[in-house]
Amino acid sequence: MTQYMLAVHHDDQPPISPEDMQQSFKDVDALNSEIQAAGAWVFAGGLHPPSTATVVRVNDGTVVTTDGPFAETKEQLGGFWIIEAADLDAALDWASKAVVACRLPVEVRPFQEG
Amino acid sequence: MPVSAHEIEGHFRHEYGRCVATLVRFLGDIDLAEEAVQEAFTIAVDRWPATGLPPNPGAWITTTAKNRAIDQLRREASREDKHTQAALIYARDQQHGQDENAGLETTGQVGPVQDDRLRLIFTCCHPALARTAQVALTLRLLGGLQTPEIARAFLVPEATMAQRIVRAKRKIKAAAIPYRVPGDAELPDRLEAVLSVVYLIFNEGYVASDGGALVRDDLCAEAIRLARLLAELMPDEPEVLGLLALLLLTHSRRAARIGADGSLVLLPDQDRRRWDRDLIAEGQGLVRACLRRNMPGPYQIQAAINAVHSDAADAADTDWGQILRLYDQLLARAPTQVVALNRAVALAEVDGPAAGLAAVDELELIGYHPYHTARADLLVRLGQHAYAVPEYDAALAATANAAERRFLERRRQAAVQRAG
Repeated sequence: MTQYMLAVHHDDQPPISPEDMQQSFKDVDALNSEIQAAGAWVFAGGLHPPSTATVVRVNDGTVVTTDGPFAETKEQLGGFWIIEAADLDAALDWASKAVVACRLPVEVRPFQEG
Repeated sequence: MPVSAHEIEGHFRHEYGRCVATLVRFLGDIDLAEEAVQEAFTIAVDRWPATGLPPNPGAWITTTAKNRAIDQLRREASREDKHTQAALIYARDQQHGQDENAGLETTGQVGPVQDDRLRLIFTCCHPALARTAQVALTLRLLGGLQTPEIARAFLVPEATMAQRIVRAKRKIKAAAIPYRVPGDAELPDRLEAVLSVVYLIFNEGYVASDGGALVRDDLCAEAIRLARLLAELMPDEPEVLGLLALLLLTHSRRAARIGADGSLVLLPDQDRRRWDRDLIAEGQGLVRACLRRNMPGPYQIQAAINAVHSDAADAADTDWGQILRLYDQLLARAPTQVVALNRAVALAEVDGPAAGLAAVDELELIGYHPYHTARADLLVRLGQHAYAVPEYDAALAATANAAERRFLERRRQAAVQRAG
């Protein structure tokens, strides 16, 4: 078994309607239950917007804290699932359901083992 | 009988896909499988010149590579305490290996091994890999081509191609891209990717996108070999047969496609005595088999169009009405501008150049040289030579292939003279 992160990316698309947003939340809840029932669930969570992010880095040997997302790009990580799957095809099956439920593109990446 | 190093290389090249495919299933790792086959090659170079060719070289390579891999893993197990891994693999060997080896060595029957090659090609052409990586992996693992050969074929630096292959293999391993033939639900889409890869390899050989030679026979031959393999492994998939037929019929005209001066010769002007009759017979037989099955698809229809051309004793004898009907069918399934362009060319033959030009003018293919060439030729046929010249210029600007350029320059010159 391999663990995969299904990362949800907010892109430059116009926001969806409030009704569709509500429906999307319901769809994601239903998918979460399905992933759990299948025994593929490891962890999942949605993130607050990038404007709430704080970056910590080392500058000349000193730890410095600054406001803002690490990368100022249009595409930002909005949330993720961590699932366990037999292989990439099984992970892609979950990703296909995830992209429908959350209405946003999903990137599938394997975790390093051990 | 003594065996030369060249001959040994030939056997390994020929058996490479089959052996690597078996070893990937056995070892669960492409790199280990390739290393094992490489080791077997070193042993063969050492021994075969003295012992002569083994009765079944493919089985010899697979068995030797397998034994080498087991030895290697045992050594690593004692060194790095990977007992479990080696034990697991050894157990698998005991369980499955014996009957398989027996089968291989005595009869050369390759039932499960054939499935391995099919698994391998679906892994190489997995949609999670970029098309360029799919092509490179397929040529390397199934075709047994070395990385420098693949780099030369696609005109990229060797280091770039090596990097591409290493990355793709790393992704297969890290992301756990499965080693299996897809289930019924996924098969049509996944097979489409496999067929596209083979077709792309053929086309890259057929119209080399750059450089002097129009046809690179080695790539065409490799694509046909892969298509034959697929047809052998998936005899019930009509599109697989369609692709093989399309490649054979196209390839049958290769000798007639190049003029004495190295320029491109178009279908109507080709010396049909130079067409390869054996390839045509085989291709047409496959097209007939597809027709009987009556499950048409884009490759089968393109093959049928080529079969109609192959039927005509000379260009004037071509059944353009039939070809137009086939393009209509193809356009319904694959509604692309390129298909519409080919249909427009057929329409010009049936309803005249004005009708053809009207259909061409509906397309938006600026910068695609066959579009400009078709437009220019139709304008010439309508006597509008002055309008044809800039179209030939646009076509010339869009192709780097020397043979095509010579052809276009000649046509352009003729149009200039008549326009004057």
